[in-house]
Amino acid sequence: MEMSRSSDLAIRTCGLRKVFNGKVAVRNLTLNVPRGEVFGLLGPNGAGKSTSVKMLLGLVFPTWGEAEVLGCPVGDFQSRSKVGFLPEHFRFYDWLTPIELLNLHGRLYGMSHTELRDRALSLLDLVGLTPHHEKRLRDFSKGMLQRIGLAQALLNEPDLIFLDEPTSGLDPVGRRLVRDIIKSQRNRGATVLLNSHLLGEVEITCDRVAFIKDGEVVETRKLNPDIEEQSTVSIRAGNMTAEVVGGLSRWTSSVRSQGECLTLTLSSSALLPEIVRYLVAQGADVFEVAPQRPSLEERFLEIVGSDGGL
Amino acid sequence: MGVWIIAGVTFREAARKKMLWMALGAGGAFLILFGTGLHFQAKDFAAHGMSPIFRREISFTMVTMGLYAVDLLAVLMTILTSVDTLSGEIASGTIQAIATKPIPRWQVLMGKWFGFLGMLTAYIAIMVLGVNVVAYAMAGVIARHLIRGLSLMWMESIVLLSVTFVLGTYFSALTNGVLVLGLHGLAFLGGWIEQFGAISQTPRAVNVGIIASVLMPSEALWRRAAFEMQSPLANAMRVSPFSTLSVPSMSMVVYAGLYMTIALALAIRRFSQQDL
Repeated sequence: MEMSRSSDLAIRTCGLRKVFNGKVAVRNLTLNVPRGEVFGLLGPNGAGKSTSVKMLLGLVFPTWGEAEVLGCPVGDFQSRSKVGFLPEHFRFYDWLTPIELLNLHGRLYGMSHTELRDRALSLLDLVGLTPHHEKRLRDFSKGMLQRIGLAQALLNEPDLIFLDEPTSGLDPVGRRLVRDIIKSQRNRGATVLLNSHLLGEVEITCDRVAFIKDGEVVETRKLNPDIEEQSTVSIRAGNMTAEVVGGLSRWTSSVRSQGECLTLTLSSSALLPEIVRYLVAQGADVFEVAPQRPSLEERFLEIVGSDGGL
Repeated sequence: MGVWIIAGVTFREAARKKMLWMALGAGGAFLILFGTGLHFQAKDFAAHGMSPIFRREISFTMVTMGLYAVDLLAVLMTILTSVDTLSGEIASGTIQAIATKPIPRWQVLMGKWFGFLGMLTAYIAIMVLGVNVVAYAMAGVIARHLIRGLSLMWMESIVLLSVTFVLGTYFSALTNGVLVLGLHGLAFLGGWIEQFGAISQTPRAVNVGIIASVLMPSEALWRRAAFEMQSPLANAMRVSPFSTLSVPSMSMVVYAGLYMTIALALAIRRFSQQDL
C-alpha cells in the first residue's frame, strides 16, 4: 500500500505481534487503514483477525509492535470515545430492554440523558427494533440481538467502527440493512473495519481489503477501483487482420489471439479507451470489451490454499 | 462516573439473581423458626421459674446462634453471587462491549465490587437486624455491641468478596468458587483448632489456627464479632459454644482490612493487564 500520512489513517499498525502461551496468534501485522473507507479483513479461521481487532480495541495487549487508532496510541480513552464496536457474539444482561441497554452504553460514553433519549429512539428505528422496544433482550432472536448490538456500536456517532461478523445470524433483509448502514456511515465520513467470512458481503461493501494469513497481511487490495495498475482485458471483435493485432504491441507485449477473442495484459486499465479507438479506426467490429478481474473468492482461495487454513 | 454506572447495573444484576431471593426467603423462614423457638423457650423459662440471669444468658446464646447462621448465609451469598461476575463475563464475551468504552478498567472492576457491596450490605443488615428485632420481641435481648458485630460480619463478607474478585481474574467461575470456599473452610477449621488449642492449653495448636487466619482472615472476623456481641458473662464463663477462648485481636482486624485492600489492588492490577 502507498505510504500515507498518519493523520490520513484511521488505523496504523507496525509489526504487531501477539503470542498466547507460546502460540503465535498474530505474527507481524502491519496495516494502514485510510480514514473514511470501509476496510475488510479477510482470512481463514485462526488467521488472527479477531485477535488483531481485539488488539486495536485495547482488549488484548500486544506482545510486540505498535498501533495507533485515530491518531492516538491503542487504548487511549480520547480515541475510545470516538470508536464503536460490535463484537462477534454480542451478549449483554438479558433482563434489560433495548432502550435500557442503549442508555447504559450511552452513559458509559458520557452522553447526557436528553442526548441519549433521542439518539436511542432513532437508532432503534434505524435497526428496525422500534416495535420490540418493550421486550427484554432475553426474548430477542439472534438476529435481533445482532441488530441491537449494531445500534449500540453507533450510539456515539463514532469516527471508527469495528464490526466483527456483523451479518452473522441475520436473514437477507437484515444483511441488506447492515450493508445500508455501513454505506451511510461511510457517507458521513466514518471509517469501518469489517471482519467477515462472507466474501460476497465484503466484495459489495468494502473499499479495500487486507488478506491475512498466519497473522500477517499477505496482500492489500482496493476493490472496484476506477483505474487499476495492471489488468487483463478480454476483447471480442470481428474483422481483425494480423496487422491490426500486431499493432496492439505499442500498448502491450502480451497479446493472445484465439479466433475473435483477444486477451491483453495492460499496465493500466487507463489504456483501454485508446485501444478500443484504435481497433475501431482499423475497421474491426468490436462486440465486447471485458476487464478480467479475479473474484475475491478466487483470490482468497489462492492465498489461503485449498486447506482453508485448517 | 463509570464506577457508579457499572455499580448500578451490577447491583440490579445481583438483585435479579434467584439465589438472592431464595436466600432472603430462607432467611425469612429462619427468622420465623428462630422467633418461634425463642417464644416457646421464654414461656418454658417462665413456667419453670428460671433465674433471670440464666434466662438472659441462654437468650444471648440463642441470639449469637442466630447470628452465626446469618454469618454462614452471608458467606455463601457473597461467594456464590459474585463468583462468575468477572470470569463468567470474560468467558462469555459480555465484558467486551463494556471494556471498550472510554472508561478505565479499574472503574469497571470497582463498579462491580461496589454493586455487590451494596447488595451484600443490604442482605447482611436485613438479616442481622432481623435476628435482633425478633430476639428483642421474644426474649427482650439484643446482641451486645450490635453495630461493632455487624461491622465485623460485614467486613468478613467484603474480605471474601475481594478474594473472589482477585481469583476471578485468574480462574474460571467454578475453580474460583471451590478455591474461595476452600480458603474459608481452611480458616473455619483453623479457628476451631485455635479454640481447642486454647482449651487444651496447646500453644502450637493455637499458632496453627493463627496461621490459618493469616492465610484467610474471614473466620477470625466472625470470632471477633461473636466476642463483641456475646454477653460479657458468657465470654468470661465460657458457657456458650460461641465463647471465644482465643479472641482475635484488633491487630487481626486491621490485618483483615489490609488483606482485603491488597486483594482488591491485585484484582485491579491483574484485570487492567489481562487479555479479555
